Amino acid sequence: MTSTGRERVLARIRAAIGEAGSPGEEAPDGIPRTYLSAHRSEDPAALLDLLHENLVDYRAVVHRTTEHELPATVARLLAEHGSRTVAVPADLPPGWLALAVAGAAVQAVVDDGALTAAQLDSVDSVLTGCALAVAETGTIVLDAGAAQGRRLLTLVPDHHICVIRAPGQIVASLPRALPLLDPVRPQTWISGPSATSDIELDRVEGVHGPRTLEVVLVTGSRGRPGPSGATRLSPGRRGRGPHGPE
Amino acid sequence: MSGTSGTSGTSGTSGGAFLGMPSFPEAAAVSTQDRQLRANLSHATRTIREKRARAVAELADWAELRAAGKAIKDHTLRHLDHYLLQLEAAVTTAGGTVHWAADAAEANRIVADLVLATGEREVVKVKSMATQEIGLNEALAAEGITAYETDLAELIVQLGDDRPSHILVPAIHRNRREIREIFAERMADWGRPAPEGLTDSPAQLAEAARLHLREKFLRAKVAVSGANFMVAETGTLVVVESEGNGRMCLTLPQTLISVVGIEKVVPSWRDLEVFLQTLPRSSTAERMNPYTSLWTGTSDGDGPSAFHLVLLDNGRTTALADQVGRQALRCIRCSACLNVCPVYERAGGHAYGSVYPGPIGAILTPQLRGTASEIDASLPYASSLCGACYEVCPVAIDIPEVLVHLRERVAGQGGHRLERAAVKAAGFVLDHPGVLAAGERAAAKARRLLPRRLPGPGGAWTDSRDLPDLPTEPFRDWWQKNRPQQDS
Ligand code: SF4
Repeated sequence: MTSTGRERVLARIRAAIGEAGSPGEEAPDGIPRTYLSAHRSEDPAALLDLLHENLVDYRAVVHRTTEHELPATVARLLAEHGSRTVAVPADLPPGWLALAVAGAAVQAVVDDGALTAAQLDSVDSVLTGCALAVAETGTIVLDAGAAQGRRLLTLVPDHHICVIRAPGQIVASLPRALPLLDPVRPQTWISGPSATSDIELDRVEGVHGPRTLEVVLVTGSRGRPGPSGATRLSPGRRGRGPHGPE
Repeated sequence: MSGTSGTSGTSGTSGGAFLGMPSFPEAAAVSTQDRQLRANLSHATRTIREKRARAVAELADWAELRAAGKAIKDHTLRHLDHYLLQLEAAVTTAGGTVHWAADAAEANRIVADLVLATGEREVVKVKSMATQEIGLNEALAAEGITAYETDLAELIVQLGDDRPSHILVPAIHRNRREIREIFAERMADWGRPAPEGLTDSPAQLAEAARLHLREKFLRAKVAVSGANFMVAETGTLVVVESEGNGRMCLTLPQTLISVVGIEKVVPSWRDLEVFLQTLPRSSTAERMNPYTSLWTGTSDGDGPSAFHLVLLDNGRTTALADQVGRQALRCIRCSACLNVCPVYERAGGHAYGSVYPGPIGAILTPQLRGTASEIDASLPYASSLCGACYEVCPVAIDIPEVLVHLRERVAGQGGHRLERAAVKAAGFVLDHPGVLAAGERAAAKARRLLPRRLPGPGGAWTDSRDLPDLPTEPFRDWWQKNRPQQDS
């Protein structure tokens, strides 16, 4: 049945367009791509400021810190949010949570690939890195690569803390970002927390995704943005995270 | 009830028409008398219009992005068979299964069989115009399968036993008091009841929806979605959304079924850099919408383990065969044309009698369904041809040109019943001075864009009617000269 539907649809298309056939001679390169590849200055400091500004404009809570201060920043954000549990991908750089879990103030829930959505529903926060960020649109791209985990991890908990390394992981625009991303990897592009304007066009934060998005911009990091978070995030141990109670 | 529904419910049959729909002027007359609806609509369209203009103005290269978007879509449509086959191969390689549906009945059958094969009797749904077009929920219900809408607005519409009235904000015709009532009264029938003492603050209403739907997301084994784009070279599907219900549906269930019109394919990964810049700004007036999901087949241990893509024709190839009408297939459903349309603002979305309201509906529906019914024959006349829709369209669809072309078709097919419906629709435009005034103001800007003479056989028709010559001859005058004799 399916294959007859296929032949019928293809036959109708061919009848409708005539014998155009393979685009060969009319390659998509013929498309006028005279649009800009970036709209603003691509100076790294300017991009960092632009990203910061656009994230705030879409109501993410933005913090700046350094590599050295990152563990303390993470610990403070979790404490301020009153989080007792935080979900993390198995390959989160061990240092990120070191201070938060010290003294058992916060318990890390490491995703070993078997965490269910129902389990995550009772976890307070989630902490991840990202693949890259787009300054012009205030967008964070997750591609299930290094330090990001599976898609459900950043979806079910109500509070997401996302670490972006500057300038390494920040690009100016979508035309700069797409060539760095691998279509094979499942991607989630995030621009501010979940929102709806369905009720009289009043913007309300948070319907189904995390209602609070906190972004930590770590300045002074090297590395280049790319697929699967190719930025060198603390090479070294893979597998289970720092303290991995389950 | 807002009193705007002619009849509720869609037919599950081919074409997905709203059976028993009154024709445009009758439905519009009811809407314009509903003060609440009109107040909601004009507040909404004005708000979106202003925000959108600012978002678009931020990009100095908007015109170039628009030209590229148009060219990409035109190129794809000219080689549609090639790109669909490439897409099919890429999706299959990535672990998905591709199905082809020539019409609504075939698509509904395929989806119902896929759901039944999982043993499940419930599905969660992400808002999708294609599944509304084919009446999927009703078809599934006939098989004993319950489809839960998860978009907040769709939930409001579903709980209220209502129909959507706007592409982007389907419950735009409901205000917060009405929504609170619908939630308080109906949520319990569908699952978790609304919290005690629910007020009409948007934050509380959103929280009620979050709780009501979360239970369903955590339980669901099967999801049904549409897609905004499909990339032929990689087999990637893209869903653009705000609330996160899309992510829930695309990530948590074991089986994902996506029903997508064949015109949604684009050739390359790179093409997304054009549409993901223009779509959010043109639709929600945002630099980027909160969430965009992209997936290619299935991924081990992450997301659904089974993925089915149902490619839907359902009249699209008929539009494709029409050299003038084909451009309607470029539409990326941003809804900008609705928000600038003086007729839409006064008539409301329900008047258009299909899931595609406003200017795009007026040119798409008659092509997908034909012009044999009164509502479909009257749609091309539900416009003053002011051209504002063309101005804002991010893929440069010349809606007035297609409207004129379709009027020719309606006029050519004869039949008093249809002609009367058409005349009344045009009459609706004339009876609302605001429509014409707004139209004629915009026309001054748009006139150079309107066709002087249609290519092909339509040319003779325009020769004898001067219709598009708006600046020297306003619609009102044209109407006086051209109104059919049997006008009632
Ligand atoms: S016709 Fe153009 S403006 Fe209207 S919804 Fe489609 S893309 Fe948007």
